[in-house]
Amino acid sequence: MKKIMIQYFAIIKDFTGKSEEVIETNSIIASDLLNEIFTKYKFTIPQSQLKVAINDDFCDWGQLLKEGDKIVFIPPVSGG
Amino acid sequence: MRFEISAIPLTPEIYKKSLTNPSCGGFVSFEGWVRDFNENKDVTHLEYEAYPALAKNEAVKIIQEAYEKFGIKNALCVHRVGDLAIGEIAVWVGVVGVHRGEAFKACEYIINELKVRVPIWKKEHYSNGNSGWVECHECKKHDHEHHFDHHHSHK
Repeated sequence: MKKIMIQYFAIIKDFTGKSEEVIETNSIIASDLLNEIFTKYKFTIPQSQLKVAINDDFCDWGQLLKEGDKIVFIPPVSGG
Repeated sequence: MRFEISAIPLTPEIYKKSLTNPSCGGFVSFEGWVRDFNENKDVTHLEYEAYPALAKNEAVKIIQEAYEKFGIKNALCVHRVGDLAIGEIAVWVGVVGVHRGEAFKACEYIINELKVRVPIWKKEHYSNGNSGWVECHECKKHDHEHHFDHHHSHK
């Protein structure tokens, strides 16, 4: 198990009801953790419409998670 | 060359002044305003939220690209967050160049790329009391997960 900090924004924050949390997880890569969060909070967004950032940098869904990482799942953007 | 996120109303005159440069002959700016309708719905106000650290990194990258592509001399982009009323400025982009051509192109490039790449989100509030995050039509909460036999439609 490793501790990962997750920050939630926009619609994902609405779905989870919180802006951040630290979770202990067995997820190996970013996409595993996304699916864990979908199950935990009972929502879905097609993965193709999301991006993921670890430690404030965009990364691939296959990125390995490390103890202490900060991860953000980024829903479709709509700034401007 | 800067990108800022502001929780208070934007101040274009101050931003414009900060770009003043005696060797530049062209200044182009763009303001994005809060509009009172979208997709046939009456919008009463908007709410913007940003992921500040990554928004800043990505926006600076976009401005840097505009420098390299168009040879501009300076650029500033400021995006508002929080609750915005109709008519308020949501985003401001200003670019200066030696000539107008590169300033026009760079200004359009920056706002176009910002809209698709920078992690900022807009929630619309409608006159019927509903609200919704824009571009999230396929984001779904499973409200009735224990009742899979139900056939009523979900929003």
